[in-house]
Amino acid sequence: MSGFILEVKNLIKYFPITKGIISKPVGAVKAVDDISFSINKGETLGLVGESGCGKSTTGRCILRLLEPTSGQILFNGQDIAKLDSLKMRLLRKDIQIIFQDPYASLNPRLTVGDMIAEPLRNFGIGTRKTQEKRVQELLEIVGLSPYHTSRYPHEFSGGQRQRIGIARALSVNPKLIVCDEPVSALDVSIQAQVINLLKDLQKEFSLTLLFIAHDLSVVKHISNRVAVMYLGRIVELADYKNLYREPMHPYSQALFSAIPIPNPRLKKNRILLEGDVPSPINPPSGCNFHTRCPQAIEICRHQKPVLKEHKTKHLVSCHNLNFQQRRCTGTD
Amino acid sequence: MVNYILKRLLMLIPVLIGVSLLAFSIIHMIPGDPARIILGERANEASILALQEKLGLNEPLYIQFLNFLKNILSGDLGTSIITNEKVTYELLISFAATLELTIVAMIIAVVVGIAAGTIAAVKQYSIFDNLSMVGALVGVSMPIFWLGLLMIWAFAYKLGWFPPSGRLDVAINVPRITHLLLFDSLLAGNLNAFKNILWHLFMPSFALATIPMAIIARMTRSSMLEVMRQDYIRTARAKGLPENIVVFKHAIKNAFLPVITVIGLQFGILLGGAVMTETVFSYPGLGRRLYLAIMARDYPVVQGGILLISFCFVLVNLLVDLTYNYIDPRIKLE
Repeated sequence: MSGFILEVKNLIKYFPITKGIISKPVGAVKAVDDISFSINKGETLGLVGESGCGKSTTGRCILRLLEPTSGQILFNGQDIAKLDSLKMRLLRKDIQIIFQDPYASLNPRLTVGDMIAEPLRNFGIGTRKTQEKRVQELLEIVGLSPYHTSRYPHEFSGGQRQRIGIARALSVNPKLIVCDEPVSALDVSIQAQVINLLKDLQKEFSLTLLFIAHDLSVVKHISNRVAVMYLGRIVELADYKNLYREPMHPYSQALFSAIPIPNPRLKKNRILLEGDVPSPINPPSGCNFHTRCPQAIEICRHQKPVLKEHKTKHLVSCHNLNFQQRRCTGTD
Repeated sequence: MVNYILKRLLMLIPVLIGVSLLAFSIIHMIPGDPARIILGERANEASILALQEKLGLNEPLYIQFLNFLKNILSGDLGTSIITNEKVTYELLISFAATLELTIVAMIIAVVVGIAAGTIAAVKQYSIFDNLSMVGALVGVSMPIFWLGLLMIWAFAYKLGWFPPSGRLDVAINVPRITHLLLFDSLLAGNLNAFKNILWHLFMPSFALATIPMAIIARMTRSSMLEVMRQDYIRTARAKGLPENIVVFKHAIKNAFLPVITVIGLQFGILLGGAVMTETVFSYPGLGRRLYLAIMARDYPVVQGGILLISFCFVLVNLLVDLTYNYIDPRIKLE
């Protein structure tokens, strides 16, 4: 138990849909629908899934940038979902976030130096001199030059901006960093640089990362364990090796079969799912994947499957795992 | 930067030539002959002709225009046909009065407008938001002469809190150096006069401030709402900054650009003289002076006044552009 830095229990986030001038609630987008997971100290948990499955919402709920509808978020044993705003503010020193869009997430009116030093000033860490030194140090750590402090964000490229974002997140020596698709806005060569930078930093400062992404190969590269999300729920959570080698949930199988392999001669067995992702406003009953699942059985329609350990440390949420995997073989 | 300012100032020349041509042709298109107005209905033809000749009104229009331009270039806007005073002097005196009124009005408008807009945006859909936005709508829609009359009725006639007209009590004397009376009274060390002038300024400046205040409040609100949704505001919150720093340091500065534009435009418009306000409150400003000049076909005063107004407008806009450069590091003037 004590090994966990973060435990999320039954986290739910619904966005109400309102109508008319009196804002009558007419429904809710079930962005995150009862998920639980935990992160060990020093590890990287990858969180993957397609667009709109609730990855980013999960990340933002953990930082209370969005108020969770219900559930517990235990950070070092303390439930941060219930903290008042002042205590939460103080806790932000320990939990930081790197945002997806390096263009929009930096205030265009602040110089890089001010931006990175602001959390330090805010929490009263060090004197003006040491703060300045720290900023220059951080810039060097993320591969920028100390003389960049007086520049504004628009003078940098996307990759450099993301490095600024990382430096900012690192400035207060956080224990946990939520990386909300930190590389999806960057081009591939820069992605690798930033990912490797994150990996190095993690080793150097023994950081714990929650790495949210939709790019499976990126996640594989950086994560120790990976959780797969579908329509607001976690369908599978396992060690990255096991998951990538042998995904068990039918959705994960389809997802991982879609990873392109850079070898034209290799015939791939792609599992093509039928239909579209159902609307999170009105998700299917029972297992919310049953409408597209090739191995759905009767019980899937009525009963929500629970995330259970099927092999050692390999959690899957499926009723019909014993089903002999029926993969289409080499016809396409 | 200096180059930019010089370039912009040079651009004033064609603008002013265009404006003076326009001012000249419009005023001459209005029917009515100043010579006839000056001499009255029962003047005989001979004296009218003589006066026309004296005022140069018998020359062909283009000659009159060229004379006008020539005089401008030598810094002379001519003499008022009606009062026989130097136009430059007359205009500057009334302009000083307008400037004083405008500055006070704009201070009220900017302070109240930005505060109301910001609070309304931060507490969107709250009672304050709804009330202040309804208030802003009323402020924009209320005709100033009506509001002015109401204020005079309520605060001057019924309650007697403020004087209904003028710039200061007749009994008080202030040496007029700059003709900005607030400034002059301070120069003279006459605090009593200063208070009296402020007291006189209160109603007209408040009436004048209503429209800019409302526009600034609405602009600030919508601009703030947009900025508060930006990703970097989320970043600021994630840093663990207290909400007031998020609003005042990160949001307001970014929301300021369109607000500055509106403030500049409103300031420029008000500098042109608030005809309504000045007339209702009998305030001897540029707007009222021009109105009187137009009614009297006082060509030189009207032309000079229009030139002065457009000059101010261009200058204020230049100032706004320079402010952009200061406020937003992404904007580079060249």
